[in-house]
Amino acid sequence: MRSPSTRAREGALAIGPRQGEAPEGTGHVETVPADAHRAIEAIWRIESARLIAGLARLVGDIGTAEELAQDALVAALEQWPVSGVPERPGAWLMATAKHRATDLIRRRKTLERKYEKLGRDVEGDQESKDLDTAIDEEFGDDLLGLIFMACHPVLSKDARVALTLRVLGGLTTEEIGRGFLVPVSSIAQRIVRAKRTLTEAHVRFELPSGPERVARLASVLEVIYLIFNEGYAATAGEDWVRPALCEEALRLGRILAELVPTEPEVHGLVALMEIHASRLHARVGPSGEPVLLLDQDRARWDRLLVSRGLAALERAERLGGAMGPYALQAAIAACHARAATAAETDWLRMVALYDALAELAPSPVVELNRAVAVGMAFGPAAGLDLVDALVPEPSLKAYHLLPAVRGDLLRKLGRFEEARAEFERAASLTQNVRERELLQRRAAECAAERMAG
Amino acid sequence: MRVLVLAKEGERSEAATPPTPAAMAEYQKFNEELVKAGVVVGAGRLSPSSQGKRVRFDGRKRTVIDGPFAETKELVAGYWLWQVRSLDEAIEWLKRAPYDGGIFEIREVSQHEGA
Repeated sequence: MRSPSTRAREGALAIGPRQGEAPEGTGHVETVPADAHRAIEAIWRIESARLIAGLARLVGDIGTAEELAQDALVAALEQWPVSGVPERPGAWLMATAKHRATDLIRRRKTLERKYEKLGRDVEGDQESKDLDTAIDEEFGDDLLGLIFMACHPVLSKDARVALTLRVLGGLTTEEIGRGFLVPVSSIAQRIVRAKRTLTEAHVRFELPSGPERVARLASVLEVIYLIFNEGYAATAGEDWVRPALCEEALRLGRILAELVPTEPEVHGLVALMEIHASRLHARVGPSGEPVLLLDQDRARWDRLLVSRGLAALERAERLGGAMGPYALQAAIAACHARAATAAETDWLRMVALYDALAELAPSPVVELNRAVAVGMAFGPAAGLDLVDALVPEPSLKAYHLLPAVRGDLLRKLGRFEEARAEFERAASLTQNVRERELLQRRAAECAAERMAG
Repeated sequence: MRVLVLAKEGERSEAATPPTPAAMAEYQKFNEELVKAGVVVGAGRLSPSSQGKRVRFDGRKRTVIDGPFAETKELVAGYWLWQVRSLDEAIEWLKRAPYDGGIFEIREVSQHEGA
């Protein structure tokens, strides 16, 4: 196989712009007919994670695995437009990458032998035998190993998110940057640094077991949920939601649920995401403004996702044991999903679930949500007592939902002036333009109600 | 994006006999691959149109028509709902399906809120 230049490899990295425009400065891509290019892009999207995973198992590290996969992609971009797409494109890509991996490993071995001239019986033969069989085995373990690697706790949250979307979602740096409203160069840097960190920490391809596995899995779930939440409640920017990120997270969650079907919390997370995603359309008004849960038109909830979510929750519950934080949050979401109207919500059950969650995973944010449920179940005064206790909490100092919830409860108690001030404060704290508008509207309503009262 | 994949299997849509075990096994393997990739969000196989009904609307009038229906080529034998990132991705997945006949149609679900 021809060795592609670095420039060509960068061109391959840039594959993906939706509109089909060729990235600048990449001779290769420009000459590819548009439909072949689009087909290759789609195939890459389907195959890249498995490809990188299989290679990571072979060569041990993510960086090399991704480079090898990219090289195979470059070869495809060169050859397929001329020769046609092979019947089994995934196998073609894997075979191509495997050739290069074998070369690479051989070169590494030669180097190693040169360095350590010690006549230690080289166990290399054994290893190259493994190499042949390894690649043909089940992809599942490979993929799981890759997920564990990309979500390794040695990496920062941002790095884990970017690397996961890159190597498992098959997203380009452009797409990740767009999703998170971060410059492409920062994302690219984040990924490069993440790979370097993994190398420096000697993180190799592995399938952890026992308590280590539990901890690592928690890190994976956290990353997936972070991606989902960034799409569901965009922390910044013009849009209230960015559904593409939710879809990526859901896909990763569904894949993971198939890979580790006996882990209740994986199904708990999937259930939580499915049910939340069912409301994506309903939580955006006609002009892009947010519509809060209790005000939503429930006929607009996506029934398919609701039933998938409830099924996933059932799966988590059937696996037994105490419910974890994700399953509990999913059960809370399911409470809303099962109520035909907001008025029919079972708030007592909701309070009980929040009590359990607060005990299992105590946090000021959970307390705040519990206060909302208590306010609904036992009246705004009871809710307000709980919220007031949270006001001195340092971690909620800049959290816009604290004054927003407080404003809501005060308004229900007829304390409009205080409520208005709280909504104003909440509006000044949020980074999301749409949410700020909503909060300012609430403040104005309170001012009007005060005048009327 | 969500797409609906319609299996228009022609004459086979009407066959009362189930597919052979070998064909079923191949189909299941393919379906499993789709599920593992997080693509499938819904799927179903339909009974022959002889067991189906149609309701025709004409102003205020409703007429119930019994199956089987004549235009066998257009008859749907089964469906999938897939969550994919692009139509191209759906095409690439569909190309891998273990079928040797019939027409499969991919349509984007442009609005999928509500029932």
